[in-house]
Amino acid sequence: MTDAAHMALWESLDLDIPAHDALLAVLGKFYGDIYLSQQGRLKGAEYLDFVLSEVHGLRIKEIQDTKATGKKVVGTFCVFVPEELTLAADAIQVGLCAGAKAGTEKAETLVPRNTCDLIKSFVGFKLARLCPYTESCDLIVGETTCDGKKKAYEAFGEHVPMHVMEVPQCKGPCDRDLFRAELTRYKDALEKLTGNTITAASLAAATKVVNAKRQALQRLARLRSADPAPISGRDALLVNQISFYDDPVRFTAKINELCDEMEARIKAGQGVAPSGTPRLLLAGCPMAVPNWKLPYLIESSGAVIVGEESCIGERNTRDFTDETPTDLDGMLDALTDRYMKIDCACFTPNTERLDHIAALAKELKADGVIHYGLLFCQPYAHEALKVGKAMAAAGLPYLAIETDYGMVDAGQLKTRVEAFVETLS
Amino acid sequence: MNTYAGLDIGSRSIELVVRGGGETVASRRLATTYDPAARLRELFPDGAPDRLAVTGYGRELARELFPKALTITEIKAHALGAAHLFPQARTLLDIGGQDTKAVALLPGGKVGRFEMNDRCAAGTGKFLELTATVFGVPVEDFGRLALTGNPEAPVIGSMCTVFAETEATTLMARGTPPADIALGLHRAIVARTTAMLARVGLELPLVFVGGVARNPCVARLLAETLDAAPLIPDAPDMTGALGAALWLEARCP
Ligand code: SF4
Ligand code: SF4
Repeated sequence: MTDAAHMALWESLDLDIPAHDALLAVLGKFYGDIYLSQQGRLKGAEYLDFVLSEVHGLRIKEIQDTKATGKKVVGTFCVFVPEELTLAADAIQVGLCAGAKAGTEKAETLVPRNTCDLIKSFVGFKLARLCPYTESCDLIVGETTCDGKKKAYEAFGEHVPMHVMEVPQCKGPCDRDLFRAELTRYKDALEKLTGNTITAASLAAATKVVNAKRQALQRLARLRSADPAPISGRDALLVNQISFYDDPVRFTAKINELCDEMEARIKAGQGVAPSGTPRLLLAGCPMAVPNWKLPYLIESSGAVIVGEESCIGERNTRDFTDETPTDLDGMLDALTDRYMKIDCACFTPNTERLDHIAALAKELKADGVIHYGLLFCQPYAHEALKVGKAMAAAGLPYLAIETDYGMVDAGQLKTRVEAFVETLS
Repeated sequence: MNTYAGLDIGSRSIELVVRGGGETVASRRLATTYDPAARLRELFPDGAPDRLAVTGYGRELARELFPKALTITEIKAHALGAAHLFPQARTLLDIGGQDTKAVALLPGGKVGRFEMNDRCAAGTGKFLELTATVFGVPVEDFGRLALTGNPEAPVIGSMCTVFAETEATTLMARGTPPADIALGLHRAIVARTTAMLARVGLELPLVFVGGVARNPCVARLLAETLDAAPLIPDAPDMTGALGAALWLEARCP
């Protein structure tokens, strides 16, 4: 796209142009330092670079063009919002990034100061008119996964059209019933928004699309068990991040191509880091675009990340939705079952997550686990302690890090991560 | 004779230890100042020595200036240095200008679990420095002043540097003697430090290094709390540089 076309697009969305320019400049520099500087990258990473370079351009234009044909756009912040239903209503679903500090002062007029950066970020992006995705949304779906979000949506809802889904906190039969009812309520909201009826046929087709995307992402995840690691953790994270906003069918095809290339590399014994490089599993809070700080610090400390036990990673892709039911009710049941398997820290108890982390670390031949918690995130801060105990029991070296989107602690974090990596080698 | 230079670039000071023939042949210490690069050029007017290992938060900078230098973290460097001086030590405490670190020492100076303060300066040398200024006392004398405090005096509850300062000022306004307040501040540091030591599974003997190990009050309070005097090297702030030199020596004989 030309610069003039970009500008016209952003003006039509009423973005704050100077502030948005500044944001893109920072993002571009950040991307260059963290991504383009990598050695021995896969050829398929060109797709990632392209998507990211046009993240506020071509993809937005594409979305706007489809909107012009009457399609609706739904924004989400959590993997509990079933993309199957959104697609079945013939709407577009985009994960809103919330991975950068923006409009913090403005955000703090709506949410308390000691709120996690993820929440502050989505509020800030909206209030500062910086995010073309947020501005493209016809509906934003929130969920009651933590107190911070649930209260923030009350205030946020005064600025955007909102639908809030209740996500239960336990996994008993009545909780399942609650979530099943919430799926129906979301389905109704979508039908009202789009004017389309979700049918068994449309839901079956949508489920196939979403499962295929999960399959490609799982394939990529499994290939990372190879030593030497065929892809950097940063690139793999980027793949997972892009999975939230690129067109799902195109994305799936591109990731499968990337996997073909990875397979060839593995056969040839090639990797992004020499064999014997300490391998780490990154677990914890989701890392939305452009939250690459910790992965970058880790991978510039002589380690390679081989998996993300995160919502932008394994937690989002591990489970498929059962495709066997043929009637709508059965399909909604299947969706309920699939989503209630998510081991988010908002659940109590949430012991399955501990087992998942240990099993994943083993599968990926990780030498250690780093837990990432966002400052002020209660659920994951608590789990960081539990995961620590579970890793000690599993004999896996463990480091818990709590940080935010700022850079002030980069030096200290680097020392900690490097020292941790030193203990592994 | 091959020589091995270990350099520790901290937030307050730069230390250099040179080893050769299995012993320390030279050591030097200078202030970091606002221009550490200039200080480094001053330290090595003829360019960096061939065998140079750098540690401390300035290690990245050194890598830019001296591309051939190898780097290790201050955690590993201090562990190696401490274990060399006190092979019997099981736990390491390092309180420097900006960071506090607790490390479980494994045989041979290997690092087991470790803890490090996060971004805040509570319990670090910075904390002592800032609170000493409230009293107009040079930080070097602050520990001696605190030692004269009345042990029954009020405890400073706050771990946050800013709040501790507020608390201290409030106590001063109420007429509490400076020595008592100083003792309270030192207690706050030691309370925080012992909690950190506990998290790495404190085992005795403890070796105490870093600039703050020179502070007699912190050392005394630690000894009281742990019921055992910590082992403190003669030059506690040189341990990191020593460790870096030792590491190099073992790596490229
Ligand atoms: S961590 Fe929990 S709340 Fe956050 S995106 Fe994942 S499932 Fe949703
Ligand atoms: S990071 Fe934690 S506190 Fe923030 S929104 Fe997610 S679950 Fe809530």
